[in-house]
Amino acid sequence: MEKMNNAYDLVIIGAGPAGLGASIYASRYKLKHLVIGNEIGGQVVEASEIENWAGEISIPGKTLMDKFHHHARHLGAKVIQADVSGVVKNADGFEISADSGKYSAKSVILALGMKPRKMNVPGEDKFLGKGVSYCATCDAMFFRNKKVAVVGGGDAAATAAIHLTEFAEKVYLLYRDSCDWEPSWGEQLKNNPKIEIIHCSGIAEILGDQKVSGLVYESSDGRHELDAQGVFIEVGTTPAAVIAQNLGVELDAQSYIVVNQAQETNVENVYAAGDATTGSNKFRQIITAVAEGAVAAGSVYRKLKLNR
Amino acid sequence: MSMEFTDQNFDQEVIRSEHPALVDFWAPWCGPCLAMSPIIDELAKDMNGGIKVGKLNVDENPQTAQKYGIMSIPAFKIFKNGQVIREFVGMQSIDALRKEINKII
Repeated sequence: MEKMNNAYDLVIIGAGPAGLGASIYASRYKLKHLVIGNEIGGQVVEASEIENWAGEISIPGKTLMDKFHHHARHLGAKVIQADVSGVVKNADGFEISADSGKYSAKSVILALGMKPRKMNVPGEDKFLGKGVSYCATCDAMFFRNKKVAVVGGGDAAATAAIHLTEFAEKVYLLYRDSCDWEPSWGEQLKNNPKIEIIHCSGIAEILGDQKVSGLVYESSDGRHELDAQGVFIEVGTTPAAVIAQNLGVELDAQSYIVVNQAQETNVENVYAAGDATTGSNKFRQIITAVAEGAVAAGSVYRKLKLNR
Repeated sequence: MSMEFTDQNFDQEVIRSEHPALVDFWAPWCGPCLAMSPIIDELAKDMNGGIKVGKLNVDENPQTAQKYGIMSIPAFKIFKNGQVIREFVGMQSIDALRKEINKII
């Protein structure tokens, strides 16, 4: 267990691209800091291939984040894998409570990231781990020569469907309203004979007995049933902003942390970076998360060391 | 360090074990599984004998993975007297696992 006398200039909560990006800059600014995250690498570790990170034509998400982690540690950062249960403001700054102990800091960067959104349809919870999955890279191989459905209309859904074709015999890709995956993914989807894209108006139910056997969707011409042994849910994410909310940090209507151009929140000495913020036009890319982390670390440096 | 369970030793080390056993079903291509790996090692160190804590690579040990219907990883199952008495899917915090273990030992 860490002791309470662990006092830092900065504690960064979250160890994804924003948190590790902030750490790299914090190290170069010689800020005594600590990174705490429940998943080193964040959501990116689940991505099979990243094809839009400058300098890497195509790289598995886990490999890219291992490089980030290595880079941060190489510069001297301490990175702890633990759940943070809360952050409380006190006279000296902040007290951060985690599984691994309590820490105090003069400033905090919230790099909390996003958590998967659920569909909230019958069968979704019941069949979790029994055919329902939120991680295609983790679970694709359990569906060798089977039929699977992917639900979602964004890049995550598109890449999940493409990855699943390496194992499954048939991949249905169901989207509601509109699909907004990058056109280059759209091309790969269209050219893959195993993928069938279905435009629906909603998912009604996931079917099964002990495990998933199918899915019911609705479209303009009524209800339809699909035969599928796996259902991969990629319907987007929502900010993991509970810690921020409890600290009194302002959120927008969709629960994103409101930041200004310096990545400051409304609470003094609390900064935020990455996908969970209103920054970067909510573009939510690795490159924007890293950039926001860098800006946030720069802001901490200016405030703590230069007093401006 | 945690133990390594395999198709070959599963019966001996888990099913017929005197102590309860926590099995972490994982694979090398699964990012969240790799992120859980040090947590499981730490848990094994913590538990100090009251329960066996180990990992089973589902890619190398397909029989056991199939027998227990693994379709999503990371998956964690606690065995006692040869039976699965608790199971969880997805990333877990060390505290959550510790609490579950303390309920049964």
